[in-house]
Amino acid sequence: MAKEIHANIPEGDLKDKWSNYKAQAKLVSPNNRKKLEIIVVGTGLAGASAAASLAEMGYKIKSFCFQDSPRRAHSVAAQGGVNAMKNYQNDGDSVYRMFHDTLKGGDFRSREANTYRLAECSASLIDQAVAQGVPFGREYSGYLKNRSFGGVQVSRTFYARGQTGQQLLLGAYQALMRQKEIGSVKLYTRHEMLDLVTIDNKAKGIIARNLDTGEIERHGAHAVILATGGFGKIYYLSTLAMGCNASAIWRAHKKGALMANPSWTQIHPTCLPQSGPYQSKLTLMSESLRNDGRIWVPKATNDKKSPIEIPEDERDYYLERKYPAFGNLAPRDIASRAAKEQIDIGKGVGPLRNAVYLDFAHAITEYGKDVIAERYGNLFDMYQKITGINAYEEPMKISPSAHFSMGGLWVDYDLMTTIPGLFAIGEANFSDHGANRLGANSLLQACVDGYYIAPCTLQNYLSDQIQVEKTQINHPAFQEAERLAKKQLENFVESKGNKTAEEFHREIGKILYDKCGLSRSEQELKKAILQIQNLREEFQQNLLVPGDAHEINSELEKAGRVSDYMELAELMCVDALERNESCGAHFREEFQTEDGEAERNDDDYAYSAAWEWSGKASKPILNKEPLHFTYVQPSKRSYK
Amino acid sequence: MKIHLKIWRQKDQKAKGKLESYSLNEVDAKMSFLEMLDMLNLQLAKKGERPVEFDHDCREGICGQCGVMINGIAHGPLKKTTTCQLHMRSFKNGDTIYVEPFKSKAFPIIRDLKVDRSSFDEIIAAGGYISVNTGQAPEANSIPITHEEAESAFNSAACIGCGACVATCKNASAALFTSAKITQFANLPQGKKESKQRTVNMVNRMEELDFGHCTNTEACQVECPQDISVLNIARMNYEYNKAKLTK
Repeated sequence: MAKEIHANIPEGDLKDKWSNYKAQAKLVSPNNRKKLEIIVVGTGLAGASAAASLAEMGYKIKSFCFQDSPRRAHSVAAQGGVNAMKNYQNDGDSVYRMFHDTLKGGDFRSREANTYRLAECSASLIDQAVAQGVPFGREYSGYLKNRSFGGVQVSRTFYARGQTGQQLLLGAYQALMRQKEIGSVKLYTRHEMLDLVTIDNKAKGIIARNLDTGEIERHGAHAVILATGGFGKIYYLSTLAMGCNASAIWRAHKKGALMANPSWTQIHPTCLPQSGPYQSKLTLMSESLRNDGRIWVPKATNDKKSPIEIPEDERDYYLERKYPAFGNLAPRDIASRAAKEQIDIGKGVGPLRNAVYLDFAHAITEYGKDVIAERYGNLFDMYQKITGINAYEEPMKISPSAHFSMGGLWVDYDLMTTIPGLFAIGEANFSDHGANRLGANSLLQACVDGYYIAPCTLQNYLSDQIQVEKTQINHPAFQEAERLAKKQLENFVESKGNKTAEEFHREIGKILYDKCGLSRSEQELKKAILQIQNLREEFQQNLLVPGDAHEINSELEKAGRVSDYMELAELMCVDALERNESCGAHFREEFQTEDGEAERNDDDYAYSAAWEWSGKASKPILNKEPLHFTYVQPSKRSYK
Repeated sequence: MKIHLKIWRQKDQKAKGKLESYSLNEVDAKMSFLEMLDMLNLQLAKKGERPVEFDHDCREGICGQCGVMINGIAHGPLKKTTTCQLHMRSFKNGDTIYVEPFKSKAFPIIRDLKVDRSSFDEIIAAGGYISVNTGQAPEANSIPITHEEAESAFNSAACIGCGACVATCKNASAALFTSAKITQFANLPQGKKESKQRTVNMVNRMEELDFGHCTNTEACQVECPQDISVLNIARMNYEYNKAKLTK
């Protein structure tokens, strides 16, 4: 039975909705806040900023991360920048324009009200980060600098060299550590959430495993926030950190939270190509490089000349040719698909013919090597470390790679899931980016959710929890959740098969890349579903986990994560198969225009698909949240 | 190529550790160092043996979680490079590589190559921040910061907290780590208000933990993957003395 889902969007004109919400939101008085406990899982930008902000307000916070320090969460790796509507460049930017860019960038598959709020809150974030001491790039006059990112025609991206994520995360991490010192936050590093505990259908706590000792712990609270990031690592080869996973949100999904648009994965166009079968990740090279780098392939197929020997008239700058209005700064989904198209017709470059060139020769001639080094020096260094090639002298070779999950837990305007008291923020939710996220909007969303939205909406939820007694962790719901979590771990260890979790992970990743990646079709998705079901069956029989469950055991940690991927992968394919249209990153081969662009179907598919766990991985239940466009009429998304 | 490994194996903090020998026959020069360890671990797992535990996460040199001593050098032979960014092309066929954890009293061994660096978090908690609550910030451009100040603050802020400086220092001093944060904020107008208190609190916390004293050997900068300058330490000492002398 499909559920009734309500986005709870506030009344009023688009530009007044968030103000109206804040004006009417219920409050908790300062002396009551210390009685209320909140669990925050994840210490990336969303988790750390929410935990710190709520602790500053006076709530008692328990903060969890699987890394050895909160500062290592994968927000740290974001390179290029964070968008904000300051209009410092006087180039025609406005909240409305930023909202419009984001909505259009997402191919009209996000909620208007959420997207508008993201743009509306963006300016405050820059103020906060600067006050924290984040060293953003500056003009010689001392004022903040901006650059441009894909899919927009203004310069609204703030950056700290190529390490913007690191610097913003350190700001949030330091705010978190300040609260830890005061005693408002209790930190649980090297802990992994194994299950969500619900009592009377409300989120009341989690079961977590201490990864250093193997001990299983119960933690109760008045509300739980999941800020556990995206699950692009399901593709195995991705830009994500090795530990990134879907387990927290997937286990919450199995406890009743809906999962929205799970197949919408951003494949990032500028990553280092795969160089061999042993490879464990694909390193991202920031999109900011496309400000000055030009993308091209040889005009001739299978041209094996060195790039420097290929004259101008034998090069195809295909993005500039196909999308003259945006050129090399076409949005990510479009740039990735265009690269795949060139590689598929035999114009790929590099030893495995799986890459395209990103060339800085023109920019170096125009601005000089020093200017380019100041802008992107660390990226050029990184490129050289990994490939051994000096990109000041010859073009980089880049290739698309799985990167960001636009899909995630379904949340309403309050960022609350369908389980009362369970919130999902940052990349873990689905809300703001539609079917494609614009560059530099990810750091923004994580921060806006954590610093501004969650503190307000959590308080609204907690206002009627003051009378509710502290959650008792000896409640049968905790006992049962703990029992099941332990049983699963024992099953993994006792399976004694022949294949490690890593090997299963590589296989499922390959299926998804081939059949549920940049391009999808009914026929291939159906095949993928069967393959995944078979692989899942094999996983249950043939998993090999050395060691045991009562000690540090990274193979066991991987097994738990891959076990969840085995189920989520199928849901991704089901989601992609159900949507008989192309939109943003979701490109169904059957639905394209004559010139090969995505063909959306607003009559039948202007909704978010919110999937419900039925108890069986192969039988998900579809719920639809219709998308209403009141302020912007969906148009054909053209960057030509 | 063929690679011989001598890897530190230690069950837990209290157990006695020792170097174990392993050999890999099909190492590709394009592999990263950690992918080479993945290869070893897969082979160990298949034989039913316990894989080598090691720290790693982003594998692109920014999270600071990876880090081992490779032939006695923190993060291995390449300058300004984390362990995860080191590739096997830096070694040659038949090489024997010694792999050990970042050893220091302040970084207890958890197992094998994995160490506990939470003492770094403790130093930050003592004062490594500007005390501004969410919502208190003034308009960003109301605090002009010159290009040079911002760049200089960034150079200090780039520290990834990996601990190579401590592992390299013969005294296991955390001076480079602590001073980088103190200097970042000392260079920024927003950070000046709390500068004295921050410096004293962070230095005191560093001394309470199990770190040694800095004796200016400058080995830390040599092995720092982010090339954090020892001038930060000079600045920290200046800020500390200033705080003590001008109460």
